[in-house]
Amino acid sequence: MGLPSFKHGVHPPENKDITSGFASKRFPFPKEVILPLSQHIGTPAKALVHPGDHVERGDVIAQAEGFISSTVHATASGTVKSIELWPHPNGGMAPSIRIEVDPNSSQMRRQRIVPRWQDVKEEDLSKEIARAGIVGLGGAAFPSHVKLCPPKDQPVEVLIINGCECEPYLTSDHRVMLEMPDMVYEGIRIALKALGISRCIIGIEANKPDAIEMMRKTKPDDLDVTIQPLTVKYPQGAEKMLIKAVMDKEVPSGALPSAVGAMVQNVATAANVAAVFETGHPLIERIITITGKGIKKPGNWKIPFGTRLRDVIEHCGGLTEDASEIVFGGPMMGLGIADLDVPILKATGGILFLSKDECKRQDIMPCIRCGKCLEACPVFLNPQLMGQLAKAERYEELVDEAHLNDCMLCGSCSFVCPSNIPLSQYFAMSKTQLRRLPTS
Amino acid sequence: MTETNIKITASPHVRSADSTIKIMWSVVYSLIPVIACSIYFFGPSAILVILAAVAGCLLTERLFGSTPGSISDGSAMITGLLLGLTLPPGFPLWMAFLGGFFGMAFGKIIFGGLGQNIFNPALVGRAFLQAAFPVAITTWPAKSANWWCLQGDNFALPFMSPTVDTATSATPLGNMKFGDDPVVTPLLDLFFGTTGGSLGETSALFILLGGLYLAYKGHLNWHIPLSIFVSTFVVSGLFYALGISPFHPLFMLFSGGMMLGAFYMATDMVTSPMTNKGCWLFGFGIGFLVVIIRIWGGLPEGVMYAILLMNALVPFINRATQPRLFGTSGKKKEAQ
Repeated sequence: MGLPSFKHGVHPPENKDITSGFASKRFPFPKEVILPLSQHIGTPAKALVHPGDHVERGDVIAQAEGFISSTVHATASGTVKSIELWPHPNGGMAPSIRIEVDPNSSQMRRQRIVPRWQDVKEEDLSKEIARAGIVGLGGAAFPSHVKLCPPKDQPVEVLIINGCECEPYLTSDHRVMLEMPDMVYEGIRIALKALGISRCIIGIEANKPDAIEMMRKTKPDDLDVTIQPLTVKYPQGAEKMLIKAVMDKEVPSGALPSAVGAMVQNVATAANVAAVFETGHPLIERIITITGKGIKKPGNWKIPFGTRLRDVIEHCGGLTEDASEIVFGGPMMGLGIADLDVPILKATGGILFLSKDECKRQDIMPCIRCGKCLEACPVFLNPQLMGQLAKAERYEELVDEAHLNDCMLCGSCSFVCPSNIPLSQYFAMSKTQLRRLPTS
Repeated sequence: MTETNIKITASPHVRSADSTIKIMWSVVYSLIPVIACSIYFFGPSAILVILAAVAGCLLTERLFGSTPGSISDGSAMITGLLLGLTLPPGFPLWMAFLGGFFGMAFGKIIFGGLGQNIFNPALVGRAFLQAAFPVAITTWPAKSANWWCLQGDNFALPFMSPTVDTATSATPLGNMKFGDDPVVTPLLDLFFGTTGGSLGETSALFILLGGLYLAYKGHLNWHIPLSIFVSTFVVSGLFYALGISPFHPLFMLFSGGMMLGAFYMATDMVTSPMTNKGCWLFGFGIGFLVVIIRIWGGLPEGVMYAILLMNALVPFINRATQPRLFGTSGKKKEAQ
């Protein structure tokens, strides 16, 4: 109590102690990496390599197409086997570059391709970030360079670093703050320079006291940074909720955070931006939490992108007898995985293996209008009404009167619903259906 | 690797432990002390009347309910228990059974079953009984000397007038309203339930305990009973102070169906508003109407009609108390 937060929200069981004590370790290189051309929000990248080409670790293999897009790099040295449709974590098939990893390679990287950030002019920083293929690592995978170029009429005044990690089970951001706090601060310096501002707030949920302590201890004296502990509540790490908590401002409906002068960056993104400029090499790996009661050896691993789920499971001791679901991301918003061959993407912060007793299937009951979903919705929607409209396929009313576009699919309504009505699933489907409707 | 056992579901992949069935049954369990109390005060008649009402509800749900398993969700059980608790101890059993049938069939199933009804089914059943059998439902037999004796004429045959050969007594509210010389029942008697009245209406204490338990579990929106009590107290206090009404505000709170209505009937999730703001409006309306009906109405008790009237307004209350969308002023969008 007393810590800042937002209104409403839910309290799912945290289950973070499964992995929060595991320091991250380097994952062995798999035999093969599969790199989808689309690992980010925006236009898929364009492949630059051909089957048979030899690539070194860190080489550009697919070029960003347009502004809102992101470059893909080889995450291991080897030979391009093919460019083909391959199972993607989002459930479909997507064009992907398959690289057969050279077992004899030392996996040394080429020389620095990214200059030191101190040598780069402010306006060119975002270009270097784009070249390094950095996307938001909090889950949405929005290209970071786009965020660093806010609209001219809405200047950013405060950089907010998101260390909430409000998704249950996941501890990768927690480990980033514990293991590389100076990298986080270096990343903050870079982002502040790119935005031409000096003020920064780091928001961390109070369930990570060691991370708060570590960030306080390592804080450089010359940076104008506030470390703000926050109430433990889901979805505290959602952009708008975090801004509300640390700035007490509501981002207007339909607007970007820059409308209230804020820019939010995930703590892992900040650390990896710093790592990119420090090492001179692009983004090709990150810390990923492997957790849940469905996997024999949970932990935190630094895994190259493109590693297949199958290889991860094998290295982590295999599935337990009662493993029941595999999720990329956290339990609230993560993607259910249908194929063990899907590769790990840039935005994969964790892989969750749920056992049967962690995700019991329950029958859907009629809505009893208890109002719990209204009390849970962090953006004050009426999920009960929206659920009825979605079920009746009344999409226009859903958007115009029930404000579907303000729904961020955080899943709080489905979580609390005593009748187990899959509300956020309805809303996700409605959003998909609306995209398919012809626009007049 | 046991790939075949892996399921694919949409997020969120975890759910809260609450379920509709659990909520319903916890309401049933919380009523057990109230029922026990009514048996203690009224003897075997209490069991018989409650069982008859429950039987009417369960049978109707079983025969006409939307799904065969819908009995197990506990909602029909609640309706039966609540209806039974609103009836006088000497009530003919066939009438209680009929009330259960009517409440379920015309209060709930006809709207489409669980979650679809506008009015609280138990109160629909009771309103029907009040209209159909006004004498029987307002006959409060005097307490018999022996606990095990039946009260009144429980076994009256259908469509025969109950033969009331026992002495009748009056309820505290009736005493106040219709007594030649208004008798004020002591508050402590009201609180512990040692007064005449319907089965479950007399003991404020156990209803309060059950209600607090449900509120603690989050299965009851505490805004509703609180707002009902506040508005009843304030409105009746105002009339009492002005000398218009003989009812002391505390007497208003602890007499009649007030406690049972506020904690168990008005809070029915299906028929109460969905936002807390709406619940405040709803509760204030009920309290106000109860006081008006008790003071000026033709009946000594007004809780039932007050709740039913406010049930009818719930869709409007819901519409008027939509939450303010995050990042907006909450005012209606200007013409686009």
